Amino acid sequence: MNKNHRVQSSRSLSAVEVKSKFGAEFRRFSLDRSKPGRFDEFYGLLQHVHRIPNVELLVGYADVHGDLLPINNDDNYHKAISTASPLLRLFLQRKEEADYTAFGTDSLTRKKNTVLSAVLLRPDTNRKKPPVIISLPRDFRPVSSIIDVDILPETHRRVRLYKHGQEKPLGFYIRDGSSVRVTAQGLEKLPGIFISRMVPGGLAESTGLLAVNDEVLEVNGIEVAGKSLDQVTDMMIANSHNLIITVKPANQRNNVVRSGGGGAASGSSGRSSDSGASYYGYSSQAAAASMPTHIIQNFPVDELESDDEDLVIEAGGEAEPIRRAPSNYSMPSLPRYEPHLNLRTATTSVSASALSINANGTLPTSGSSGSLSNTNATSTTSSPDRAMERRSLEEDGTVITL
Amino acid sequence: MKRFRRHGQESQRDRLKQELFQFNKTVEHGFPHQPSALGYSPSLQLLAIGTRSGAIKLYGAPGVEFMGLHDENAAVTQVHFMPHQVELVTLLDDNSLHMWTLRGHKGLSELLEIGRFTLTGPPGAPPSVTRVTAVLAHTSGELLLLGTEGGHVFIVEVPGFRELEERNISLDQVAASVPDDYIGRRNLEHVEALQENPINPNQVVIGYGRGLMVIWDLEKRCAIQHIPATQQLESVWWTEDGSYILSSHSDGSYCRWMVGGEDVNDEEEKSDIPYGHFPCKAISKIIQLPTEEGPPFLLFSGGMPRASYGDRHCITVIHSKTHVALDFTSRIIDFFVIRDGLQHTGDPSALVVLVEEELVVIDLQTDCWPVIQTPYLVPLHSSAITCSHHVSAIPLKLWERVIAAGELQNTHYSKKPWPITGGQNLAPDPPQRDLLLTGHEDGTVHFWDASGVCLYPLYKLSTAGVFHTDADPNDNMNQGAEGEWPPFRKVGCFDPYSDDPRLGIQKIHLCKYSGYLTVAGTAGQILVLELNDEAAEQTVEAKVVDLLQGQEGFRWKGHTRLDVREEPVLFPPGFQPFALVQCQPPAVVTALTLHSEWKLVAFGTSHGFGLYDYQQKNTVLIKCTLNPSDQLAMEGPLSRVKSIKKSLRQSFRRIRRSRVSLRKHHVNNTAKVLQEANARLEAELAEMELAPVQRKIEARSSDDSFTGLVRTLYFADTFLSDSSHNTPSLWAGTNGGCVFAYMLRLPPVEHRADEPVTAQPAKEIQLMHRAPVVGIVVLDGHGAPLPEPLEVAHDLARSPDMQGSHQLLVISEEQFKVFTLPKVSAKMKLKLTAVDGSRVRRVGVAWFCSSRTEDYGESGLVVLTNQGDVHVVSLPHVKMQVQYPCIRREDVSGIASCVFTKHGQGFYLISPSEFERFSLSTCYLVEPRCLVEAPLHSGSSSQQSAARRVMEHALLNDESEYSRERE
Repeated sequence: MNKNHRVQSSRSLSAVEVKSKFGAEFRRFSLDRSKPGRFDEFYGLLQHVHRIPNVELLVGYADVHGDLLPINNDDNYHKAISTASPLLRLFLQRKEEADYTAFGTDSLTRKKNTVLSAVLLRPDTNRKKPPVIISLPRDFRPVSSIIDVDILPETHRRVRLYKHGQEKPLGFYIRDGSSVRVTAQGLEKLPGIFISRMVPGGLAESTGLLAVNDEVLEVNGIEVAGKSLDQVTDMMIANSHNLIITVKPANQRNNVVRSGGGGAASGSSGRSSDSGASYYGYSSQAAAASMPTHIIQNFPVDELESDDEDLVIEAGGEAEPIRRAPSNYSMPSLPRYEPHLNLRTATTSVSASALSINANGTLPTSGSSGSLSNTNATSTTSSPDRAMERRSLEEDGTVITL
Repeated sequence: MKRFRRHGQESQRDRLKQELFQFNKTVEHGFPHQPSALGYSPSLQLLAIGTRSGAIKLYGAPGVEFMGLHDENAAVTQVHFMPHQVELVTLLDDNSLHMWTLRGHKGLSELLEIGRFTLTGPPGAPPSVTRVTAVLAHTSGELLLLGTEGGHVFIVEVPGFRELEERNISLDQVAASVPDDYIGRRNLEHVEALQENPINPNQVVIGYGRGLMVIWDLEKRCAIQHIPATQQLESVWWTEDGSYILSSHSDGSYCRWMVGGEDVNDEEEKSDIPYGHFPCKAISKIIQLPTEEGPPFLLFSGGMPRASYGDRHCITVIHSKTHVALDFTSRIIDFFVIRDGLQHTGDPSALVVLVEEELVVIDLQTDCWPVIQTPYLVPLHSSAITCSHHVSAIPLKLWERVIAAGELQNTHYSKKPWPITGGQNLAPDPPQRDLLLTGHEDGTVHFWDASGVCLYPLYKLSTAGVFHTDADPNDNMNQGAEGEWPPFRKVGCFDPYSDDPRLGIQKIHLCKYSGYLTVAGTAGQILVLELNDEAAEQTVEAKVVDLLQGQEGFRWKGHTRLDVREEPVLFPPGFQPFALVQCQPPAVVTALTLHSEWKLVAFGTSHGFGLYDYQQKNTVLIKCTLNPSDQLAMEGPLSRVKSIKKSLRQSFRRIRRSRVSLRKHHVNNTAKVLQEANARLEAELAEMELAPVQRKIEARSSDDSFTGLVRTLYFADTFLSDSSHNTPSLWAGTNGGCVFAYMLRLPPVEHRADEPVTAQPAKEIQLMHRAPVVGIVVLDGHGAPLPEPLEVAHDLARSPDMQGSHQLLVISEEQFKVFTLPKVSAKMKLKLTAVDGSRVRRVGVAWFCSSRTEDYGESGLVVLTNQGDVHVVSLPHVKMQVQYPCIRREDVSGIASCVFTKHGQGFYLISPSEFERFSLSTCYLVEPRCLVEAPLHSGSSSQQSAARRVMEHALLNDESEYSRERE
């Protein structure tokens, strides 16, 4: 995992002041900003200072915008430390009585501190019905992103759907059709592949990045021109665990606008006027504002090559994912699943040219490193590694042990 | 520099690829699908068959085959060889005529189309005027007489297709000379038949549909004689001495007419309805041939009593007191008789009948007229083909024993040699003996000699005897009872009706070294058979294997197990079953393999797989692969069928409903309702067109149906647990992308019979992409596939390298992946589906030799995809080498039937009855190479053309000698 986050010069104070609240009790302590340590150490520290060693905790903090955000892994922990200015306000809840709805991505639209007040004023039991919990995903991770904005024509959109660990179906259909292209001989009608239907509640629909009648141009870097519908179907299914499709959206009004290289952050942030896609449009800008780093990370086709690892079970042994033979990195031990948390994260972020949406992510409490890696600008470089770990998680349940 | 060097290597590899691989479709085996026309040239001794798809195929001596395809996608309705020449004329459904010739080229003949022609009538004439119904190729070899629907006869000069308008015989000319009392009442109708006088080529008889026959003199251009038959005419035959004309009619009668010079109103001399009294069907063709001494042969097709035998397909042969109605199992297309003698004018020797599903040749010179075994055009589909298996390089010993067993089965065939002997087969002798085994729906396995151009039947194995079936074994025997009329005799082997579909053979595995064979069928039965040269009576003990292993919540809704005969069964010499495993539930066997050295058989179904020790006759291992959520596999195949049935029923109901409602309204207000119905129909049509073909994009989940279906099983002696000790192992791959590996412990040879064989689970690999595993191969230290069992023991393969590390190649429908062994870690892979969207349908390991240097060769994977393309993938580096389109994408059954040989050839079904053979290798190519020489004609044709032909003949010979020298 890449941990070299940027420390803002304006906040170069070596110590971070921490104010931690659990129930009605407060604790104050400080941490070294430059050496924050790991999340599990921090978690242990919190249990220690509050003298609640056996209580499962849900850790939240108030970010600069006043949103309540979770801390549950190294990445968001580091993020919280690095952005604390100067006080880091923590809110601890018992896991079994945690109020998941307090977390949110769209809190910018609400009044500041409403979330906080919701936590601070303990909600009583006969409070009005909480908002609908959308799903119970088990992992907190990106589910889709627009990539390669800087190299594609503005009329095209390259969308990455992360299927892994997701209960949601990919959920779309494709069909044959004809598209009109401009060629040297003038307009020409050519056969093409189009999205014909979205399954309500499917991953494709929930991203808002794909729509009916979008023309599919590429699947994982391979052009679909000249291929039959069945071939394209098979290609998509074969790549379904990490599907990257380049489409020409039927609705060209919501295209990503590239400003002429002014602010680095706005270089690739999607700006959307479509109501369906608005929430990430805004939040991405907000997130981008806090991250001035700009690392162009175009999607390389062969990056995908490393990402599907099979699972092998030796007789009498435990399941382990098959590693590539020459690989030398160590395997993390199989983490256990913890009860899911359900929250909408506010840390939707733009990592340089990648616009990632963490829809309905949750927090694994054990230290699976890098689940929320994309809070860091350099996240994409480590994605194969991450993908593998995730796989080891989800495979656990499906294989019948010998 | 580096880049340049790499470039050099690339091009070197490209050159090597050209030396190793090339794609050719070489020959079609089996019986042409939907034959529609038959022709024969006595002088060339060649047989021609035209098909409904526009193909024309010529056959002579075994190995002499030619094939042509008309550009038009129209059925061939007639084929006529030009007498004494190498040309032939075909008439197609679209009324076009085509001229084909056998042209010599580099010492070989090839079939070429050299001209096409469509009759053009006078302007404004209806198309029927020029619609050709009868063709006569005149013995001069220069004229073609074309009778048309309008009743005219056009005369065309060939080979140039020049219309000789002044010689045409128009209907008016004929009608003018016909007695008024005949012509006055009715139209003559179309020209049904044209025949030439065998002793006077200037006289032809024109038979009209209404029955009138006119003998026409081509020289004098006038009618000589009228034969006023009153029944609808079906065919005309002019006897060889020229003195009689036979006509056959639609009422099942035939008449014999004297050909007299002067008497215009000749009475019919003899008329007969052979199967008369009650109304009969038409006699479609009649032939009478004289014999040297004694009465002539009379042959005709049809004429059966309409009510009682109207559905029979019969040819009647009458010779003195012998009268037989040959009863065929499919529709008769045409027939001809081969005659003895140099000029082919002697006694009839063989009757050749083309029926819709086979070619039957009957020996007319041996008593009882036995059938002559055909060396080609054998109906592969005598019962529907359900699977095929190819075994290359059969040891001579096994070959001879199989042939000996087959000969004992063929005693009812005539001893006469094959009577069609045209052309020379110049193909080199096949380098090795290859067997193709086809499994059939009726539980038989046919063994074919697939070494050469002719796919020749060697032996037939029936597994039905092991089981009780509903059918009475004497069902087909009780025929030809004394005094039966007509005197039927069943001929032909095409029998599409299976007694019990459960008998169908699904998987075959033959060990060519030991002669052990295992076959598995539709009802989960696995038979192990041994080749025995003697007949033996034995009981086959059945072992029921429960593959569910206590899996809960299961209800099998499919067919039941086959009943095994408990009493001893007499098995004829050949492969005799000695062990039987029956899977429970009795689902179709989907994978099968045999290891004759270890004496083990592994089998798999949609529920799991098992390992059977056929020496000790017990099961070693049973593994259930069912996924508890897999409802479809649990219930059996019926549930899916039901849904199709249901949807069919629904659609029929809908159609019926709309018809009923249509009819109901019809009474009241016809026009309005019709309009409404049309509108509705249009709306429905529009809806159908608007609803596009959609494909759902969904990741495979683990609970897809049939994930437990076992797709492949593989035995290997390799390193499974540690890298210093190799052990026997069994590998199984499932539809859900799972690979199971078992370590086998075999007792030492001396205790093999009493100590048990054990199997221990060793590894399980779940492929991430979950695609069905279609092949597993272990590669040795050199990256070469492990040899087959006993191959090394017989010194036919290099022993595998056991020093270096072995590798495991897992072929799924989507990827080729190489893993290290014994520790399984991914080493290399080739993604097929993710890159070009095609999926592996068939895969085989093949050896490719270089065409340039004899000592170079390499192993490769031969792959057929669902797009119908064949690929060669290199081993062990799994790199794509070449790709060729082979089968049409839509031809699902063709793709499913494909089987590869060990030397880069392959077979697939192009129709239910034909295998297409193709080759990916530059070295192993089985294709017809043959020469047909123009006959030296001493007949009445012009001297000049004969001289020209002699010249051509000489040239051909020269060329062939030249090419032989060069070789």
